[in-house]
Amino acid sequence: MAKHATPLLDQLESGPWPSWVSDIKQEAETRAKNVNGIEYQIPVDVCEDVLGLMELTYVQKRTHWKHGGIVGVFGYGGGVIGRYCDQPQQFPGVAHFHTVRVSQPAGKYYSTKYLKDICDLWERRGSGLTNMHGSTGDIIFIGTTTPQLEEIFFELTHNLNQDLGGSGSNLRTPSDCIGSSRCEYSCYDTQALCHALTVDYQDELHRPAFPYKFKFKFDGCPNCCVASIARSDMSFIGTWKDDIRIDQKAVQAYIGGELKPNAGAHASRDWGKFDIAKEVLNLCPTKCMWMDGGKLVIDNKECTRCMHCINVMPRGLRIGQETGLSILVGAKAPILDGAQMGSLLVPFIKVEEPYDEIKEVIEGVWDWWMEEGKNRERLGELIKRQGFQKLLEVTNIEAMPQHVQEPRHNPYIFWREDEVEGGFEREITEFRKHHQR
Amino acid sequence: MAFISSGYNPDKPMENRITDIGPRHFEEFYPPVIKANKGKWLYHEILEPGVLVHVSESGDEVYTVRVGGARLMSCTHIREICEIADKHCDGYVRFTTRNNIEFMVDNKNKVAALKADLESRKFIGGSFKFPVGGTGAGITNIVHTQGWIHCHTPATDASGPVKATMDVLFDDFKSMRMPAHLRVSLACCLNMCGAVHCSDIAILGFHRKPPMLDHEYLDKMCEIPLAIAACPTAAIRPSKVELPGGATVNSVAVKNERCMYCGNCYTMCPAMPLADAEGDGIVLMVGGKVSNRISRPTFSKVVVAFIPNETPRWPTTTSTIKKIVDVYASSANKYERLGEWAERIGWERFFEKCEIPFTHHLIDDFRDPAYYTWRHTTQFKF
Repeated sequence: MAKHATPLLDQLESGPWPSWVSDIKQEAETRAKNVNGIEYQIPVDVCEDVLGLMELTYVQKRTHWKHGGIVGVFGYGGGVIGRYCDQPQQFPGVAHFHTVRVSQPAGKYYSTKYLKDICDLWERRGSGLTNMHGSTGDIIFIGTTTPQLEEIFFELTHNLNQDLGGSGSNLRTPSDCIGSSRCEYSCYDTQALCHALTVDYQDELHRPAFPYKFKFKFDGCPNCCVASIARSDMSFIGTWKDDIRIDQKAVQAYIGGELKPNAGAHASRDWGKFDIAKEVLNLCPTKCMWMDGGKLVIDNKECTRCMHCINVMPRGLRIGQETGLSILVGAKAPILDGAQMGSLLVPFIKVEEPYDEIKEVIEGVWDWWMEEGKNRERLGELIKRQGFQKLLEVTNIEAMPQHVQEPRHNPYIFWREDEVEGGFEREITEFRKHHQR
Repeated sequence: MAFISSGYNPDKPMENRITDIGPRHFEEFYPPVIKANKGKWLYHEILEPGVLVHVSESGDEVYTVRVGGARLMSCTHIREICEIADKHCDGYVRFTTRNNIEFMVDNKNKVAALKADLESRKFIGGSFKFPVGGTGAGITNIVHTQGWIHCHTPATDASGPVKATMDVLFDDFKSMRMPAHLRVSLACCLNMCGAVHCSDIAILGFHRKPPMLDHEYLDKMCEIPLAIAACPTAAIRPSKVELPGGATVNSVAVKNERCMYCGNCYTMCPAMPLADAEGDGIVLMVGGKVSNRISRPTFSKVVVAFIPNETPRWPTTTSTIKKIVDVYASSANKYERLGEWAERIGWERFFEKCEIPFTHHLIDDFRDPAYYTWRHTTQFKF
């Protein structure tokens, strides 16, 4: 018999999609039975109380978690989010229910050994509930008590060689796409760069010294599977400079119908015979490709690397070989002044260890933002407030047409005095000799 | 339950302390076929919904079976994932950015058994534990935030609406009949801990009432200047308030007609809660994308200004989404994303086809970007 009746939540157990209600119930049952004799360090019925609290929330339609609470581990300013229930008498199992963010490995590959190890730790010292993964990318442990925080951190670092992730006004745990580990589109090793920068910037990740949060995300190609362009203050997107590699025989096989377009992504529906003109050439945003007597020709100089033709014919076309990445900056969600998409800052940079060129851009941006950014001002908002020109100045990057979608709509140019012949200081008396009042 | 020490000594927190070691190195966790072929992959193919093959220039192949999952996941469930990975995948497994789980094998003749095993497992309540799908021109798993399970500012739940929506969209998780892939995301308030603002369909929790003011405690719990500064529309000003007992305290006053219910003040000041059963609900936004394919990345647009929180299954939200998905699927051209389709046919036609009423709430009136969304041409459709 369940501790709390949950008639509303129970309705989320039916239907085909995996039910988190069923899953929490099975965790509650596992804990109650405790066949492995675990010495639980937080209340055994924590999952029952989670369900009870959620049921109450589904009735009242208002969250029952209190605001914040400063808890954490010694020396770190992030990685733990304090959380307290506002009905602790009714649901003592979740009176304290803090979150621990655990820095995920790049690429989110795991050995089962590691996953079982973190389960061992989390079942004993927490609720046994997780997010795999949080929105930013961390492994999230949901729900533990204050006395367990240092113990969890100690066991993570000593037994599992594993650190916490970021929270608060610091570098958030960086995350990446699958990259060249299993994707032929990837223009660089996203895991290598993501891991290297995560390790190099551990101080920025654990000790909040920034005006607000700062996110890095690494996409191997312009398909942007981790959405870096929309949600990271600094987005690293793979690209290339030379020619798309063409296998004319494979292109013919697509035209002839032997190969399925788009790697078979549209297979559940009959879209008719593949038509290269309609499906590729005419959809190319720059119209830089055409057929010339049965051969596909690409005017690579005019290509903007949108990936469409490569996505449609992955066996016929491959990314170029002179690869690197573009850096875009300032993306963020709407809070506060409206959403911002990343803006192109560095069109092309080579990805070579120890990544000094990339770090020079990062650190130039950070120095400026830490000096000028207001409390809770994201980088994108600072760029809007002080101007893109200022960003170029602090990163020592020359303005170029690639920086804009189109030139400005108004002539209100803030000329610098040293750009104007003769400067700004003038004599009014000299002027008046020629122009009466 | 007796307290069990990890070895940490609270009297000497620095003793033996290990810090700043970061995450585990990714190479520890690569399956052998991935480690051997990294950077050498030639092409991939989706063999059927949820099953991919990647072929290396070495001739090696890796077969991936992708399954959906609730990102809110218990250790019991993770152990079951491990059991499957131990049985079929030499002890390796991977998660995707959209909360899917990928089981990889290095030989085609291992796929059928793996897939059958995954499909056979169900929760006691009847739902699949590991539904196979989420590839190609279909609808993959919803990325989402915490909602009522763990957050202090949500205007809706996350896991509940996600479950209800994926139940309705389940056939399209298991198939690839869409004109292009269609990404659904959910954020439980407009802090948007996720990229919902650039999704084909975004489900967004939203408050509609200005904050309540807990005058007696406000100055004790909050830095008043920070609460005032947090307001993007300057709706908050300092005030002195006489409490029922006669004492006068420092507090704030809110100009309700200027409030945009963003909750930023509540983030800075817990004595200004916004949550309300009738005020809170869901906004639907559509037509965003993050890919650079064909057209540039775009923001999602608000097409439904408010749907109440209909616990436990949010039927109006899910049926509206289902309608949009079906109209898009039957009307768009191959490769056309939802937003590209809406732009081609015109938004006036989008509202007509999807049978969504257009109201004044959908015309942007927030600062500069608003002007750029009004119509500046005589070209429109009747």
